[in-house]
Amino acid sequence: MNAILSILDTLDYGPAPEDCNVARTWLKKHEAGFGHFIDGRFTAPGETFEVMNPATGETIAKVTQGTAADVDAAVTAARAAQPGWAALSGHERARFLYALARHVQQHSRFLAVLETIDNGKPIRESRDIDVPLVVRHFYHHAGWAEILADEFPGARPHGVCGQVVPWNFPLLMLAWKVAPALAAGNTVVLKPAEYTPLTALAFAEITREIGLPGGVLNIVTGDGRTGADVVGHEGIDKVAFTGSTEVGRIIRRRTAGSGKALTLELGGKSPFIVFADADLDAAVEGVVDSIWLNQGQVCCAGSRILVAEAVAHRFEELLRRRLAKLITGDPLQKSTDVGAIVHPVQLERIRGLVARGAAEGAVLHQGASPQGCFFPPTLVTNVHPASVLCAEEIFGPVVTLTPFRTPEDAVTLANNTRYGLAASVWSENLSLATDVAAKVKAGVVWVNCANIFDAGAGFGGFRESGFGREGGREGMAAYLAMPGPVAKKPEGSPPAPDPTPSSSMAGAALDRTAKLYVGGKQVRPDGGYSYPIEGPGGPVGLAGLGNRKDIRNAVEAAHKATGWGAQTGHNRAQVLYYLAENLAARTAEFEDRLKSFGQTAAAARVELATAIRRIFWYAAQADKYDGAVHQTKSAHVTLAMNEPIGVVGIACPTAFPLLGFVSLVLPAIAMGNRVVAIPSQTHPLSATDLYQVIDTSDVPGGVVNIVTGERETLVKTLAEHDDVDAVWYFGTRAGARTVEEASAGNLKQTWTEDGTARDWGSAQGQGKLFLAKACQVKNIWIPYGE
Amino acid sequence: MVSNHRNPGTPLRPEMFEGHPANRSAAERRTSSLAARRTVKKEWQAAWLINAIRCMDLTTLAGDDTAARVARLCAKARQPLAPHVVEGLGIEALRLTTGAVCVYPTMVTHAVKALAGAGVPVASVATGFPAGLMPLRLRLEEIRYAVDQGADEIDIVITREHVLTGGWTALYDEVRAMREACGTAHLKAILATGDLQTLRNAYCASMVAMQAGADFIKTSTGKEGANATLPVSLIMVRALRDYLDETGYRVGFKPAGGMRTAKDALNWQFLMKEELGRDWLEPRLFRLGASSMLADIERQLEHFVTGRYAASSRHAIA
Repeated sequence: MNAILSILDTLDYGPAPEDCNVARTWLKKHEAGFGHFIDGRFTAPGETFEVMNPATGETIAKVTQGTAADVDAAVTAARAAQPGWAALSGHERARFLYALARHVQQHSRFLAVLETIDNGKPIRESRDIDVPLVVRHFYHHAGWAEILADEFPGARPHGVCGQVVPWNFPLLMLAWKVAPALAAGNTVVLKPAEYTPLTALAFAEITREIGLPGGVLNIVTGDGRTGADVVGHEGIDKVAFTGSTEVGRIIRRRTAGSGKALTLELGGKSPFIVFADADLDAAVEGVVDSIWLNQGQVCCAGSRILVAEAVAHRFEELLRRRLAKLITGDPLQKSTDVGAIVHPVQLERIRGLVARGAAEGAVLHQGASPQGCFFPPTLVTNVHPASVLCAEEIFGPVVTLTPFRTPEDAVTLANNTRYGLAASVWSENLSLATDVAAKVKAGVVWVNCANIFDAGAGFGGFRESGFGREGGREGMAAYLAMPGPVAKKPEGSPPAPDPTPSSSMAGAALDRTAKLYVGGKQVRPDGGYSYPIEGPGGPVGLAGLGNRKDIRNAVEAAHKATGWGAQTGHNRAQVLYYLAENLAARTAEFEDRLKSFGQTAAAARVELATAIRRIFWYAAQADKYDGAVHQTKSAHVTLAMNEPIGVVGIACPTAFPLLGFVSLVLPAIAMGNRVVAIPSQTHPLSATDLYQVIDTSDVPGGVVNIVTGERETLVKTLAEHDDVDAVWYFGTRAGARTVEEASAGNLKQTWTEDGTARDWGSAQGQGKLFLAKACQVKNIWIPYGE
Repeated sequence: MVSNHRNPGTPLRPEMFEGHPANRSAAERRTSSLAARRTVKKEWQAAWLINAIRCMDLTTLAGDDTAARVARLCAKARQPLAPHVVEGLGIEALRLTTGAVCVYPTMVTHAVKALAGAGVPVASVATGFPAGLMPLRLRLEEIRYAVDQGADEIDIVITREHVLTGGWTALYDEVRAMREACGTAHLKAILATGDLQTLRNAYCASMVAMQAGADFIKTSTGKEGANATLPVSLIMVRALRDYLDETGYRVGFKPAGGMRTAKDALNWQFLMKEELGRDWLEPRLFRLGASSMLADIERQLEHFVTGRYAASSRHAIA
């Protein structure tokens, strides 16, 4: 029978292969193996490993395993190139970035095909999604380079950036890292993933084509050991990593105390919430775009569907029908929806997790998939929050479906995860969708859409999904440093508190007892010990010696004060103004306290006046430091909302007993955070005096909690606490390292500085930097059109 | 559960459509990615284009239509491809024709004559096409006239006002009456989605027309400001699916107006196959209302046969 006639019977799609000759020819040219790209030149191949096409299993290239010496050479080249690159005008750097955008566009199909051969993703995606986003990212950041001096006055580049990118979007993640780094005037040492290094090497050739100065971008290939060498290298000033939470934790520990800036974009288990009034068909397509994009190997994939019980049956039915239509197979075929899993190791991982889930009783609904490194698109029902498939990031085309009852139930289920990268919310009722978007703990929320990206909007997570943003103004800021104050003489450890009775004590006529302040109540320290506070002529009073349990209680109290962050900025401002008013009314008492620590009358007067002014300043900012509406795609509102981080632990510097405390606690609570503060260890009584003022100023209980005692042990407990969202530490170098190391447990954000670096009495003690540290940006995407 | 009989309609059931959401942005995303998700090449492309011809209502609906003009159109409907293209494709046995021709009521008699023995149905627009703002009595009379003249299919227009004001009963009653007037002729309900504007309106109108017994729902007259678009088609075919799920009856879909290229023909077929399935790629359930699309398809098919790019001047015009 004539072929056409038989096709007319079935109306199958038939083969439509993408021509891959150009990429093959390029690979052939490099048959001998790739070296690294250092200082504008490719090195001779060293000890190589094989790179394979996961769809076929064939070896397509040999790539060099980077050694410590290779990394060292790359860092040296980047270091040498950095001053010259940073000395160029923004306009000159913009021209290079513009040229990169142009040339990536001109080589777009070559890069798309190469990406597909290397990674296994369908050509439709590499062609229509990955490469266009790469181009967009370079254009956008060419713009940032051009206007950098105007938009970020006073900012300077970090220096040399060490960047480690994953295998799921190899070229796109390179673009996300390289574009802002170069725009800012940094130079780069980048390590691509060992499964997928080829587009990075092709990109290196493109940088040569446009004449990017040697050393500005260096690429060292290799496995995790090479990556560890990059992030651990002492010549690196800023580390940026995208990958697993597990490796992110290792990097956090490894860089602790090094002074390196760090951004981490890690895993996720993002909720996909479907309300009863959603366009269910639209939501079904959203699932396709979410978990069946890139074989589900997407950090922000909506891998947990939560669906209103009222429509759960119909939704599941529609989703199963849609699942049956997906074509899984050869990624070079233009009609393929789901391609190959990146590597057999990952395939085994996915299989293992799914088998565990099935053993627990999960029901699998799967499409068809060919033999080889493929996994069928899978819908999993009969699962609960405790199921392994609901808790673990699978990083495969596997999505769970769980019904919920009410919006509150949906939010609770959505937030029942250690991650907080993204969320997708489906409802035609925008009041409901916006409410849920505000309540979900995620860095990106897509309303009635999923996996929409644009260079103009920030991307990045809350919680164990990491910190820092890529894209948008906040992403650009992550590659810039504001010249920070430098300590002339590093802060030394304060003397250990001695909880035994002192030989004498100067004091008021009537004894005053300084307690801890937890949950709006004055409480005695759990341990029942106090320690003397020294004045110039001996002890001037006792302070409670707080311990682990006091920190635990304070964190619990802070968590209960949930209403504070939801209040309007105006309401918080009123409370803070009132706080300033009440403090001003007790000027003499507070000045006396400062004098009792040995300050001169003049110094005490200035510290108090500055503290009052500073409280006013943050009250003023409470309703003004707000977000932005980004220019992204047409017919989309993209809101960048500044949200409080949550519960922030603050360890205050030793000096400036009142002002140090006020300067750190006020920006945090002005932005809606709740605080557990450890005041100056040597002179905490100004802070404990303040709790009476806090009490009378309508600050809700639990918003500010004060635990006095030994700073280093208390802050370690805070930094280790899994329910604390950020820790600010102003103290010793060793203490900073401890905090950063301990923060790796839940990957909380940290801000550490030498306690003596900042002159708290000057302008250094306040500003937008403090507000920025007190917020995290949530980007909410709302497409519109009827 | 699925019936192969003609859709008898149901009582008016507003709960099947009132408040049914249709998200515009999502529909646009779906249809733009659909065109990139599916591709057919070589023999497959040829087969899919031939199928488009099989499902085409070759149309002339112009004020200057004459008997001769209609005869020319019918000649093309009988033989949509040049003989050497048919031969090159090896599809002589198929005896390929278009799905139907579509004309004004007064042209039906010319079309019937021109198509004698060809097995190509004649469709007639009716009911005061294109605006439909005539007394119902006259509109029903027009249907009966066209059927009487030999039309096998009647493309009616609905009263847009009923949709815009939520007059579902009035809309239902009107289409019911039209269906009765059609008798055995099949009724295609033109919703004029360009006038209805919103996708929600398109969904509601689709559902009412089906409940009233439409055999096909059709997007446009070709005379509205906006013709057939993929997003509106997507919402209409989802209404077809929901109606099938609920009643067990299949109703056909006809996008019309503005579709001019072979690529359009493929995209709409991909939509049918992906959203509904293979069944909806048969003329019984799918028609493309077009006039100039055939010329582009013929050029593409000649290119497939000869390997050279084709010129329309070498093909017979419709």
